[in-house]
Amino acid sequence: MNVVIALTITGILNLFGSIFNYRKITPILSVIGLITALIFNTMYWNKNLPFFNHMMVMDNYACSLGAVCIVLGAVLIVFYNRFMGDEDHHLAEVLSIIVFALAGSIIMVSYTNLLMLFLGIEILSISFYILAGLKKKDLGSNEAAMKYFLMGSFSTGFLLFGIALIYGATASFDLAAITAFVKMNGAATNYLLICGVLMILVGLLFKVAAAPFHFWTPDVYQGAPTIITGFFATVGKIASFGAFYRLFQLCFAPISAEWSGTIMVVAILTMFIGNITALQQKNLKRMLAYSSIAHAGYMLLALLSPAYVGGNAILFYSLAYGISSMSAFISIHIIQIQTGSDEINGFTGLAKKNKMLSLITAISMLSLSGIPLTAGFIGKFYLFSSAIEGGYVLLVCLAVVNSFISIYYYFKPLIEAYFKDSHTDNLIELKRTESILLILLSIATIVLGVLPGIIHSV
Amino acid sequence: MHTLLLLIIPIVFMAIVFFLKGKTAGYVALISSILSFIVSIIIAIYLHFNGYFDEFNQSWISSFGINFHVGIDGISLILVLLTTILTPFIILTSLQKDIENSSAFYGLILLMQAGMLGAFTAMDSFLFYVSYEVALIPIYFICGLWGGENRIAVTLKFFIYTLAGSLFMLISIIYLYLQTPGNHTFEISEFYKLNLSSTEQSWIFLGFFLAFAVKVPIFPFHSWQPSTYTTAPTVGTMLLAGIMLKMGLYGIIRFVLPIVPEAVAHWNTVAIFLCVCGIIYGSIIALRQNDLKTVVAFSSLAHVGLIAAGIFSMNVQGIQGAMIQMFNHGINAVALLFLIDLLERRSGTRMMDKLGGVASVNKRVAVVFAIVMLGSVGLPLTNGFVGEFLLLMGVYQWNMYAAMFAGLTIILGAVYMLRLYRHVFFGEISEAGRSISKTTIIETIMSYKLIALIIVLGIFPNLLLNISAPAVNKLLNLIANHSNLVSTL
Repeated sequence: MNVVIALTITGILNLFGSIFNYRKITPILSVIGLITALIFNTMYWNKNLPFFNHMMVMDNYACSLGAVCIVLGAVLIVFYNRFMGDEDHHLAEVLSIIVFALAGSIIMVSYTNLLMLFLGIEILSISFYILAGLKKKDLGSNEAAMKYFLMGSFSTGFLLFGIALIYGATASFDLAAITAFVKMNGAATNYLLICGVLMILVGLLFKVAAAPFHFWTPDVYQGAPTIITGFFATVGKIASFGAFYRLFQLCFAPISAEWSGTIMVVAILTMFIGNITALQQKNLKRMLAYSSIAHAGYMLLALLSPAYVGGNAILFYSLAYGISSMSAFISIHIIQIQTGSDEINGFTGLAKKNKMLSLITAISMLSLSGIPLTAGFIGKFYLFSSAIEGGYVLLVCLAVVNSFISIYYYFKPLIEAYFKDSHTDNLIELKRTESILLILLSIATIVLGVLPGIIHSV
Repeated sequence: MHTLLLLIIPIVFMAIVFFLKGKTAGYVALISSILSFIVSIIIAIYLHFNGYFDEFNQSWISSFGINFHVGIDGISLILVLLTTILTPFIILTSLQKDIENSSAFYGLILLMQAGMLGAFTAMDSFLFYVSYEVALIPIYFICGLWGGENRIAVTLKFFIYTLAGSLFMLISIIYLYLQTPGNHTFEISEFYKLNLSSTEQSWIFLGFFLAFAVKVPIFPFHSWQPSTYTTAPTVGTMLLAGIMLKMGLYGIIRFVLPIVPEAVAHWNTVAIFLCVCGIIYGSIIALRQNDLKTVVAFSSLAHVGLIAAGIFSMNVQGIQGAMIQMFNHGINAVALLFLIDLLERRSGTRMMDKLGGVASVNKRVAVVFAIVMLGSVGLPLTNGFVGEFLLLMGVYQWNMYAAMFAGLTIILGAVYMLRLYRHVFFGEISEAGRSISKTTIIETIMSYKLIALIIVLGIFPNLLLNISAPAVNKLLNLIANHSNLVSTL
């Protein structure tokens, strides 16, 4: 399990950074650590190796989702360094927490034992609680951390309770054993099992911010430092969905009749609540928070689809969503640092102030709204076609309705940037490394949109 | 391979244009559009004399059975020719004035051309969908960046409206894809072979109809159209009215008729009713407009209503009439808009009550406008006549009363166009009218070319009819074999 080990060592080395006074090089150290982890990760491709006495398995699903998380984490660290680096705070510790969160996300996508699921979620969540409250003197940030912690620990309780009930019903934590039990006995009268499944469902739906467990999201996303919000919205969401899909498709697929109705209702609610509430938001972070809720709704469709298409759909969607949201949050972050505003009007006249940044924002917004030739469109296409294959045509129609509702708010920053003129003409500057990274993200969005086949042929 | 070239030329030139500045960008874009025109003529000659079917097929997303499959048959060719003939005109029109940020402007026009050509030549439904949407993004930016008053709200409405419709088409396409046997495929010709139950057909029809009815637009899905046409810069209106709305009509011919013929036979009463409503509604509203562009917008609603009615009547005359009228409507709409732009550039207004007496100031413009107007009204020996005649004949065969009401388009069309002409060209010479004294050489040449097209196609409609005839017959055979609708054809 070299990936987790590499990440952990990187995290610990970072922690020592402030003791032995090499704080300045911790960002480089972390990026090197992440690249090492990525290399280890790709080495497991097609090997399907189990680890730690069948507690985890590095199959292709885990490898690919893990790679997405690590890459997004690395991008985040590069940007984090520049903007937070000057302020008085503990750079080394924060970076180590980010790296630990990544280790948690790796565990979440590769577990084969419910205990590991719990462990992974806890490592990720506890890191997130701390990260949300990074701005010590900012009231919003404190509120975000507090809310996230209270609600998060409460939902983890549900998850743990569900795991316990399932252990009671099946006498095992091991996914293979649970699957075998479920296949053999079904769930017709096994209420312990059904209760367990539903409890876990509640816990996980909270983590992916699906309605009606989404109330923490807007406040947390708005309060946390912007770049960290990008981390929550991408890595947090992808890892949670990775865990969710793995458990429900692998283990509980035979009793899908028991939970697919719930998921369906939740998916519809999530899409509509997310999109309709996002329409009215003036604060971009809050808007993207609601949009991330809506995206969770779309991704729930994959859980209802047949396994041989759903996994692929969720993988591609995570990648597309991760890349474009990350670049959206980074753009907001850059603008917030330089203009002091994270409202939509911060984007006014951006096309004149910085052509490159406005183009990058435009591409990420087009991708999030699912316009063809961007990765977001292909992701939606995969999701919709897999759900139609599962027989949920009506649900897809509702998802489509949501897709075009969402255009209204995704186009707001774009309209501000291109169609309106700003009163001030302060230029917005980008450093070379940042623009290269952002351009790479945009190119990836377009390339995945034009040639999605490269993901399959890898 | 020529088809592929047709798609590559605008994209390559677009990349070049983005790095140029000022008028140079426009001239390079013009070169690109002329090159596309030459290529399309070569394709036309091959198709006409050798019956050579030009296609290019390359696997695109293999795991989903999506191919980059483009090809040109008679039906596609007419629309491809329309696109490649009009694009140089459109670029020339915009070269008459200075445009801010011109590299982006011309680049977007070329991107749009590529998108539309992609939609007209796609043999794979996924490719069709993608091209259909890709054409939408440049026009959104063209209208939003260079448009008139209230452009932000209008263009956003236009965008959401159109995208909403086409997303339902995407569902239909995915559904059809999942019905194809074996390893599923998005190939359109495979969709033709499917055996769908009548319920399935109705739902799929609905999905496609929503997409195309918004794009065309068919009444009552037209509410984006007048405001967008009026707000958009003239070039944008030309692209929209001249070419883009044909994507919807083309889609009906390419997808709806052959894939779900039973549903069409079942629902065409409703569809034709809506089309006829659109004809009358558009014409009557056009009667009371003051803004020249708004008149064109509503007249366009009436004209395309007739074309759609002809298509839904599902017979040779209707569809052939639609093919030829799609082409002619494109020419006429662009010619009208070109002349309106000419007037507006000099006088600074396009309001009828401000213009007046232009005929006594500038005879040449008056004559050119008269011929274009007569073409648009559908006077015999102009291009508009043949198409409308065939379309009405097609609708008549389907139902006499429908044809009676649809025929009002000719009468009402004459009324609103002549009213427009009277206000602008006759009467007292207004201050705005006085300013239209001279035309440049390029404008004169362009207007002569447009007139030549209008008259030549009016006298020799067979030039176009022969191109599309084999393909239309093939299509009708397909429909006839596909279902037991032979009696209604």
